[in-house]
Amino acid sequence: MGALCSRHLFVMWGDNMSDDVSNLSAVQMDALREIGNVGAGNSATALSQIINKRIDMNVPRVSIVPLGDVPDLVGGPDAMVVGVFLRVYGQAPSNILFLLPKDSAFYLVDMLIGKKHGDTQKLDFMDESALMEIGNILSGAYLNALFNFTHISLLPSIPALAMDMAGAILSVVLIQLGQMGDHALVIETEFKTEDEGIKGHFFLVPDPGSLDTILTAVGV
Amino acid sequence: MADLIKVGMADFKVSRSPATIISYGLGSCIGVSLYDPQTKIGGLLHIMLPDSKQSRATDNPAKFADTGIPLMLDEVLKMGASRSRLVAKMAGGAQMFAFANATDVMRVGSRNVAASKEILQKLGIRLVGEDTGANYGRTVQIDLTNGVYTVKTIDKGNKTI
Repeated sequence: MGALCSRHLFVMWGDNMSDDVSNLSAVQMDALREIGNVGAGNSATALSQIINKRIDMNVPRVSIVPLGDVPDLVGGPDAMVVGVFLRVYGQAPSNILFLLPKDSAFYLVDMLIGKKHGDTQKLDFMDESALMEIGNILSGAYLNALFNFTHISLLPSIPALAMDMAGAILSVVLIQLGQMGDHALVIETEFKTEDEGIKGHFFLVPDPGSLDTILTAVGV
Repeated sequence: MADLIKVGMADFKVSRSPATIISYGLGSCIGVSLYDPQTKIGGLLHIMLPDSKQSRATDNPAKFADTGIPLMLDEVLKMGASRSRLVAKMAGGAQMFAFANATDVMRVGSRNVAASKEILQKLGIRLVGEDTGANYGRTVQIDLTNGVYTVKTIDKGNKTI
């Protein structure tokens, strides 16, 4: 009995009011956990409707980890993953990164294109396009939830995709965190279904100052 | 089997033959190595950013080219390497995602390459091998028995520099 297990990660850094995320108060952490919860819930629902499978979700875990340890959350820096990257514009500019281990990405493509499980062994143009569209839909669902919560309007760019080592792909967001601090705040939600074989990791990484905007908008 | 020493992001390690120092999954980051072929002492540094002066979090000097390279230099000299014999190699500095209107942050790979070269030049250390740029990840290692720097990729093959 396999588990369709999707992990959702929400990463933030310190901003004008705090040099590092380790300075966040418990109330602020709770607020971010709730934002992660609502955003991930919306994304999970969207994914569930697309692949037509039930997805259960736990309460997000919030933790602060050294930047160098973030790749371990997705299987280590040399794990082969597919990453969909979107730039987010608006009042709280951010980056979104949706990561899937290679096998999960291939299985998701099988489901999206209507192939047999195991048919996809490498990504062609259509496969990449399908995965980018998933990144698009999940980001849209997430940002909609964020809007309902904060009334901050955010618009995602068109997505870009890369298949490579997790460390290399994560470096895109970790480097930006590195300018502001040495730790990442990770809000992690696991999705589960009775089916097998898919894991996903969703990162939202606000620009400097955006965390302040978000926390102010929710009144903490 | 000789020691395999791992270097994480924003960190460095120094050692001597017969150890091999490795760092996994570099994207825009750079793996800078220093090596003295006579004493077979060397080090590998995994930097994330070019310039500590443009950052607000400077607690960890190994994160930046401008502070990390001098720090590793000090350590290999302390172990007994000769400054005049030291040679440098480096790999990484990719841009993982292509965007038409890439911001400065997206182009950090090429800025890391430029900053590392500038620092090495200032310190008077010869750069004898380089595999930088492009759009793919690299796992890098230096074998301290012979100074061979190996770059491994997922589907662009492996090379030594």
